[in-house]
Amino acid sequence: MKMAQDLFEPAISQISAEHINRPSTTMMQDAWRRFKQNKLAMAGLITLGSLILFTFMGPYFIDFNYMDNDLMNQHLKPSWTHPFGTDALGRDTMARLMYGGRVSLAIGFVSVLINLSMGVFYGGISGYFGGRIDNLMMRIIDIIYSVPELLYVILLMVVIGKGGLLNIMIVLGIVNWMGMARIVRGQILALREQEYVLAARTLGANTRRLMLKHLIPNALGPIIITSALAIPSAIFMEAFLSFIGIGIQPPFASWGSLAAEGRLNIPSYPYALFFPAAAIAITMLAFNFVGDGLRDAFDPKMRK
Amino acid sequence: MAKFLLKRIASALLVLWIVVSLTFVLMHSIPGGPFSREKAVPPAILKNLEARYHMNDPLSKQYVDYMINVAQFDLGPTFRYEGRTVNDLIKDGLPKTATIGFLATIFALGGGLILGSIAALWHNKTPDAVATFIATIGVSVPSFVMATFLQYYLGYKLGLFPPVGWNNGAFKNLVLPALALGAFPIAQITRLMRTSMLDVLSQDYIRTAKSKGLPGYVIIGRHAMRNALLPVITYLGPFFAYILTGNFVVEFVFGIPGIGQFFVTSITNRDYSTIMGMTVLFCSLLVVFNLLVDIAYTFIDPRIKLTGQKGA
Repeated sequence: MKMAQDLFEPAISQISAEHINRPSTTMMQDAWRRFKQNKLAMAGLITLGSLILFTFMGPYFIDFNYMDNDLMNQHLKPSWTHPFGTDALGRDTMARLMYGGRVSLAIGFVSVLINLSMGVFYGGISGYFGGRIDNLMMRIIDIIYSVPELLYVILLMVVIGKGGLLNIMIVLGIVNWMGMARIVRGQILALREQEYVLAARTLGANTRRLMLKHLIPNALGPIIITSALAIPSAIFMEAFLSFIGIGIQPPFASWGSLAAEGRLNIPSYPYALFFPAAAIAITMLAFNFVGDGLRDAFDPKMRK
Repeated sequence: MAKFLLKRIASALLVLWIVVSLTFVLMHSIPGGPFSREKAVPPAILKNLEARYHMNDPLSKQYVDYMINVAQFDLGPTFRYEGRTVNDLIKDGLPKTATIGFLATIFALGGGLILGSIAALWHNKTPDAVATFIATIGVSVPSFVMATFLQYYLGYKLGLFPPVGWNNGAFKNLVLPALALGAFPIAQITRLMRTSMLDVLSQDYIRTAKSKGLPGYVIIGRHAMRNALLPVITYLGPFFAYILTGNFVVEFVFGIPGIGQFFVTSITNRDYSTIMGMTVLFCSLLVVFNLLVDIAYTFIDPRIKLTGQKGA
């Protein structure tokens, strides 16, 4: 039997097998694509966006200022003029919620930024050098961990001076960095054994370049997840400080201090506690959903 | 085991020493002292007061004296409560705090494990949604708001439980504080248990157990639960820390004369010996709990050996 030559083709096509047919995606694009598919996480992100809009743009659309007293209109119930009612000095609760939200969110973001930089720096050094340095640095973290956190927050607040926005940010930033340091250290410890790090090193990359260009970008996923989940806990902590009276001081406000204020009059004016509590709860939920979504997006293995 | 215990106790003492020293330094850098009042105390009286509490000694001597006393379990006299020692405060307050902490632990651990397991067993069905909802509420409201809402609605509006007071530890007075204290950890434990139970249920040995025809409660109780417990046990350390320090809020809201209140008031009062006493107490308790958690590991998972462990 004879076969025609032209019925056959070489099994390997002429186009190079190495050829990449689709545009390559970066880790971030990949994560974003997965994140978008997660409905709960997207809902969280949209909620957060609206909250930020509400707190930052809101004040331009209402007639009341967060600190103007109006002694004729104390403790008003929610109405059309004052959708969330007024407080003991007749200040509009909605205006105060907008202002307080800015403060609470700022505390969350800035203190996490502080804890992020400290954690990445400390954990990066510990993981990169390993060995005895790592051992020593991790023992120090173990010790700090065994201190009751609240005690130190309170002590530091009293030492630094209570009430200032910046002070609160700094204190919350410097008591919460240990978790981040541990996570970064674990990541770096695993990453530095990888071949591409060895390759970069043989090509003459110095420590700085290895760290900034190779190790930390690859540890970014866990860092982002931890930060997203640390923001709500910072907002919680600030609420606690307000509750014991060393947080934001009036006439300034945060969601925590508004809730602490509302708590005092709850039998007569339950709505004074309800609105700030709801604002905190919504923010917490949104951040938690976004954090969980990020976890799934950056680490598809976790998805079941 | 003995070697491990000795090593752990030695490191715990070291940790305690560092923490107490750190607190000592921080505390003395707070502006103002225990005797600074709105109305200035006359210099002669101030001098006598300081002599009485050995505050005119150099700081280094105060530090050494304090350490020697602590080693003998003597936490010194309080500055604020005339004629009472810090040991007295602890003796009076700690049992009350411990009672509430104990109830909250039962509530949070028991509830969390059950809710988490239910959520995993009925994955993506109504019970799962309900359990997840409860868990989410617990972590999204600050504890003082939770305590106040419980007090207002269950205690004041519905009158189910007394909204305030210790009342010699009557059980109905303890329900609301324990619920409020347990609300946050129950949520955490439910979430942990749910994930780890889901993970365990998809393992091969569960399929083996099923194919052997074991009844459901044996599969869940003996094979699934025990293995799913491990991640929950790692959470117990932070959990006890939360129960200890979280007590302040609950005691404050429900007016319970426990130990938690001194945690904050001592700092605002500059009551030096009470601040130190609280630090020593809380740190020792934490260290003991963490040790217990480590030992509990070996009982749940015999694969884990305490000795011969390489430091991480």
